[in-house]
Amino acid sequence: MTTTARETVLRRVQDALARSDRPEVTVPRGYRTGRSLPDGERLALFTDRLVDYKAQVRTCTAGATATVIAEVLRARGARKIGVPPGLDPAWLAGYDGELRTDSPDLPAPRLDALDGVVTASAVSCAETGTIFLDGAAADQGRRALTLVPDLHVCVVDLSSVRTGVPEALARLVPEHPTTLISGPSATSDIELERVEGVHGPRTLEVVIRTDV
Amino acid sequence: MPAVPPRSPYGTGHLRGERTFPEAAHDELGNEQLRRNLGRATHSIRAKRLDVTGELPDWEQLRDAGSAIKTDTMNRLPGLLEQLERKVTEHGGTVHWARDGVEANEIVTRLVRRTGSDEVLKVKSMATQEIGLNEHLASQGIAALETDLAELIVQLADDRPSHILVPAIHRNRDEIREIFLRRIPGVDPALGAAPAELAAAARAYLREKFMTAEVAVSGANFGIAETGTLSVVESEGNGRMCLTLPETLITVMGIEKVLPRFQDLEVFLQLLPRSSTGERMNPYTSLWTGVTPGDGPQEFHLVLLDNGRTAALADTIGREALNCIRCSACLNVCPVYERTGGHAYGSTYPGPIGAVLTPQLAGMHAAKDDPNSSLPYASSLCGACFDACPVKIDIPSLLVELRHQHTEQSKTTAEKLAMTAAAAVMKRPKLFTAAQRTAGLGRVLAGRDGTFSRLPPPFQGWSDSRDTPAPPPQSFRSWFASADGAATMRAAAEEGARHTDDDPQEAQ
Ligand code: SF4
Repeated sequence: MTTTARETVLRRVQDALARSDRPEVTVPRGYRTGRSLPDGERLALFTDRLVDYKAQVRTCTAGATATVIAEVLRARGARKIGVPPGLDPAWLAGYDGELRTDSPDLPAPRLDALDGVVTASAVSCAETGTIFLDGAAADQGRRALTLVPDLHVCVVDLSSVRTGVPEALARLVPEHPTTLISGPSATSDIELERVEGVHGPRTLEVVIRTDV
Repeated sequence: MPAVPPRSPYGTGHLRGERTFPEAAHDELGNEQLRRNLGRATHSIRAKRLDVTGELPDWEQLRDAGSAIKTDTMNRLPGLLEQLERKVTEHGGTVHWARDGVEANEIVTRLVRRTGSDEVLKVKSMATQEIGLNEHLASQGIAALETDLAELIVQLADDRPSHILVPAIHRNRDEIREIFLRRIPGVDPALGAAPAELAAAARAYLREKFMTAEVAVSGANFGIAETGTLSVVESEGNGRMCLTLPETLITVMGIEKVLPRFQDLEVFLQLLPRSSTGERMNPYTSLWTGVTPGDGPQEFHLVLLDNGRTAALADTIGREALNCIRCSACLNVCPVYERTGGHAYGSTYPGPIGAVLTPQLAGMHAAKDDPNSSLPYASSLCGACFDACPVKIDIPSLLVELRHQHTEQSKTTAEKLAMTAAAAVMKRPKLFTAAQRTAGLGRVLAGRDGTFSRLPPPFQGWSDSRDTPAPPPQSFRSWFASADGAATMRAAAEEGARHTDDDPQEAQ
C-alpha cells in the first residue's frame, strides 16, 4: 500500500513534535474585550476612522433613509443601481433611476454595467472604521454585488456599531461568507503613494442611521 | 527519537538564491536608486506602524496573545489540521495535502486542467511564490496572471519581488510606466507616470480578466480549524475579485497558517494590519468557509503545504519561525535589509525573518558556498526585528542559533567555540537584550583601545577568539540609525563579501 501525502505530512508533524517538549500554553487574553462606548462617542470614533479612510459619511434618522440615499445617488450621477433581493424597498422610495435586483445568475459583466449598489450591513467596528458585510444576509447580498460596481452606498445602523474588533467579530456567523471593508479600495504599491480604487469600488458612501 | 522530516527538496522553488548574501548584497549596495526607494518606503511604513500601534493601550497584550496562540497552534498542529480538513470538507470544499512544492504544483495543475481553462488569476501569495507555481504552470501551458498591482508590475517586468508587502518597491513610477507601455496590450501610449494613472491602466487591463476568469489561485492568511473558515487580507479588491467571481477557487496554504478558534481572529486582525501597512485595518478582508451555494466559487480546493515546514517544526528553535504571520514589520526596521533590498536574500522570504525561515525550510546545504548558509550572517543582530514582531519571534536568537548550526556543520575552529558561547547567551533573550540595551556598558567593560580583550561570563567564549569592538556609547538601535552606523554596515557587508566563508563574523 502506498502512503498518501496526507498520512506522510501528518506523520511528519507528529514526528517533529515528538522530538522535543511541548510546554503547555495558556493564551493570555488580557487585551481589551467587551468594550462599549456610549452612542455619541462610538459615532464620533467611527466617523473619524471612516473619513480617515476616504469614505464619505452622512448621518440621518431612520425616517430620512430614503431621502438621503436618493441624495447620494443623485450627487454621484448614479442612474442604474443594483440592490440585494432582501433590501427594504422603502429605502429606494426617493430614487427615480433604473433598479436592478441581484440574483445568483446575474453574470459579473452585468454587475459591471451598474453605476452603483445600495446595501445594508451586519455589524461595524468603530475603532478601525470597518464595516462587516454578511454575504448570507438577504439585505447585503452576494459578495460580487458590493465589489464590481464602482459606487457602494452602505447603510449602517448605529446600534450595530461595536467599539473594537473583538466586540464586532463576536457578532458574526463564522460560516457565512463575510467581507470586511475599511474605506474604498486602495493601493500604495507605486512609490507608496496612496491611490483610491484599483479593483474594488472607488467610492464608499456610508449612511449612518443614528436612531436605529 | 523519531525521524527528522525532510526539508524542501534541493533545487526546487524559490527558497535559494544563486549567490551568497554578501555577494548579492555587494551589487545591490551599488544601486543608489534602490536604496533611496527602499529607505523612503521602510521609513514611512515604520512611522505609520508606530503611530497605529501606539494608539492601542493593549498592544503588548495583543502581542502576548498572538505569540501564545501560535505556540499553542504548533503544539497541537496534527489535530488542528485534521479538524480544518474535516470542517472544510463538511462545507463542500476538497482538501489536498502536499509533501513539498513539487507535489503542490502538480495538484494545482491537475485541478486547473480539470476546469478546461488554460489561464488562472492569482492573488498575491507567498506560498505559491515559494514553490514557483507560476513557472510550473507556464511549463504546463497554463498562464498565471498576478492581480495584485505590485505583483503584476513584477511579473510584467520579468522581475522578482523585493519586499513581502510591497514587492515592487524597488521600482519608481517612470520605470513602471515603461513596463506598462511595453507589456500591457493596447495601453494608451500617452499614459502618464502619476500613480493614479498607472493604477487606472492596471485596473482596465485586469477588469476584463476578472469578468471572464474561470479559476483563481490564492494563498491564505489564516485558516480556522474550529470552523473551516479561510481568510485573505488585502487592500485593492483584486483578492475579492479572485475569491468571488471565478467558478473554481484553489487556495494553497502552508500548514503553519492554521489557527485554532474563530475568536483568534480578533487578535490577528488587530496585529496584522497595524504591523504590516501601518493601517488600523486593511481595506478588505474576505472570510469564506467551503462553498456557499449561489455566492462565489462553486468548487473550492484547499492545498495544505509542508515543503520543509515540518523540518522547521522539528527544531525547537526553528519552530518559532513558523509563528510568522508575514506582516513584514521586521523588514522595515532592519538596517541590513534597508541597505541591500530583498533580492540579496535570494528567497521568497527576505529580510530578518527570511534569513531565519529560508534555511529552516530549505536547509543549509553541505556545499560550502550554499547561499542559504550565508543568510544567518545577514544581520547586525541589533534586535529591532524582535521588538517590531507582532508575534514576538526572537529573530536575533534564532539567527545566532543558525550560525551555530552552520559552524557545527562546517568546521571546528575558534569561531565555532565562540558561536557556541554566543548561542548559549542568545538562548536567554532577556540577558542578551539587557546586554545590548545597556548604553555605555560596552565602554565600561572595554579597554582603552575601544575593544574588549576579555568579556565577563557568559560572553567570554566569544571574546577568546577575537577582539570584540566595543559598542558605541548610545544604544545599538540609535547607532544603527546614525550615519556612522550606516557607514559601518556598508563596510561590513563589503568586507563580508570577501570573508564570509572563513570568517562569518565579519558580516555582522
Ligand atoms: S517575523 Fe514577525 S515581524 Fe517579521 S514578518 Fe513575521 S510576523 Fe512580521
